[in-house]
Amino acid sequence: MQALTNRAQPVNRKPMTFWERLYLINIFKGMLITFSHIFKKQPTIQYPEQKRPFSPVFRGLHVLNRDEEGRERCTACGLCAVACPAEAITMEAAERLPGEENLYREEKYAARYEINMLRCIFCGLCEEACPKDAIYLSETFAPANFNRTTFIYGKQDLLIPNPVTEPEAYAKAKGLN
Amino acid sequence: MLLSIDWILFLEKLILIAIVIFASLGIALYTTFAERKVAAVLQDRPGPNRAGPFGLFQPFADGLKLIMKEEIIPNTSNKVLFVLGPFLAMTAALMTSAVIPWSSDVHLFGRVIPLQIADVNIGILYIFAVVSLGVYGIMIGGWASNNKFSLMAALRGASQAISYELAMGLSLIALLMTTGTLQLGEIVKQQMEPGHWWNIVYQPLGFLIFIICAFAECNRTPFDLPEAENELNFGYHQEYSSMKLGFYLFSEYVNMFISSVVMATLYFGGYDVPFLNESLLSPNVAAILGVVALLIKVVIFIFIFMWVRWTIPRFRYDQLMNLGWKSLVPLALANMLITGALILWMGK
Ligand code: SF4
Ligand code: SF4
Repeated sequence: MQALTNRAQPVNRKPMTFWERLYLINIFKGMLITFSHIFKKQPTIQYPEQKRPFSPVFRGLHVLNRDEEGRERCTACGLCAVACPAEAITMEAAERLPGEENLYREEKYAARYEINMLRCIFCGLCEEACPKDAIYLSETFAPANFNRTTFIYGKQDLLIPNPVTEPEAYAKAKGLN
Repeated sequence: MLLSIDWILFLEKLILIAIVIFASLGIALYTTFAERKVAAVLQDRPGPNRAGPFGLFQPFADGLKLIMKEEIIPNTSNKVLFVLGPFLAMTAALMTSAVIPWSSDVHLFGRVIPLQIADVNIGILYIFAVVSLGVYGIMIGGWASNNKFSLMAALRGASQAISYELAMGLSLIALLMTTGTLQLGEIVKQQMEPGHWWNIVYQPLGFLIFIICAFAECNRTPFDLPEAENELNFGYHQEYSSMKLGFYLFSEYVNMFISSVVMATLYFGGYDVPFLNESLLSPNVAAILGVVALLIKVVIFIFIFMWVRWTIPRFRYDQLMNLGWKSLVPLALANMLITGALILWMGK
């Protein structure tokens, strides 16, 4: 048979000698190798105390953004829900009433906006679909929980703090994200 | 007749037995922790470090977990033997400690208390007998489970134990030829005599064979075929759960501790502190030093047990048998012949 590459190594089929059959020398060599590992640096990161920084393109929990005046950007167009391959997003639209201009930027807004984090695959397609720059994926991920219903994140969980009324919380959210 | 029993002696031995058993169990408890730590550092990771400072409470957490698990007895098993299996394994593991000399005599309240439960003059034979009993724990457990994997594992365990006991016995015969006694206390005293070295110097090959066989008897890697996880699904304790499983796992560690003690006693001077003449010290101080020395030797042996486990893979079954019958038994026989010839030649 013709060899496909020139990297083939013939198998050594020599019968083992008596000393090799006792395995001792090779076992001892192996033990020296493992012993040397006692003094090696451990790459472990002690997780809850130490955290590894995520890359800036990390796709974590979603955040619903506000504009500079603290108004919600989302206009409940539903493009994110359509784009979502996991069908994790549901929303209900409502019309902005007179006098709510400081709350919602557009005339229509999302009265209810939910993302099921157990369905979400964190693909980021919602972020790409959004015409209003309203949703984006942050660098945190959903914390573990015992209860499934807690993984359905509503608007309160997703909205970023208001930069006008709570500048500190907003800055913190920004810094984290 | 009953009244003629020396009640104080009785009490003394009872206390000693309790201490030895609890110490063995305690040490075995922390050996499980040490095993995980050693495995971790050999693999460049920190190991369990969450339960308590440095993870020191980890063994208790593990034990609690085992106790809280549901106790399952399979329908098709032989119920009596199924329960008896782990119990036998544990008993056999603990029984060996009866003839170990833990240290030199202690003087308390005007009495001379030997730190040995029974200094029988057939100490080594006793150890052998009990060690062979240990295989019943595996066999009965595996057979009573009524599960083909367990049965296979039990068969393997039995044949492995029998094969390696042979080489172990042969290597010990050579040792006995140099010591001339079966009494463990006496063997240690001989090694402590000035001008007399530890037995490892006289029996290096014998020791090598002995330690290999000890690995096999304890079912430690590379000889852990009875519990081969990947081919036999955990082997003979596959059907066990809760504390019965705990007993099996635990008896392995007790076995490891006891066989380390036996090796230290037979070949490394037992409770002898090297380069120190104990007879110059007060007896109690010497006894305490002796226990410490013995424990240090034991810790080193246990570390070697673990070190080997986390270095090499398991033997294949035919390799195991080949090694036992075609290498170790002939080597042990040769060692015996050489020892005999040397003793004759030197006219000892
Ligand atoms: S990240 Fe992907 S899966 Fe998750 S909500 Fe957005 S589009 Fe859906
Ligand atoms: S988040 Fe963006 S895409 Fe989704 S409904 Fe709101 S505006 Fe539309």
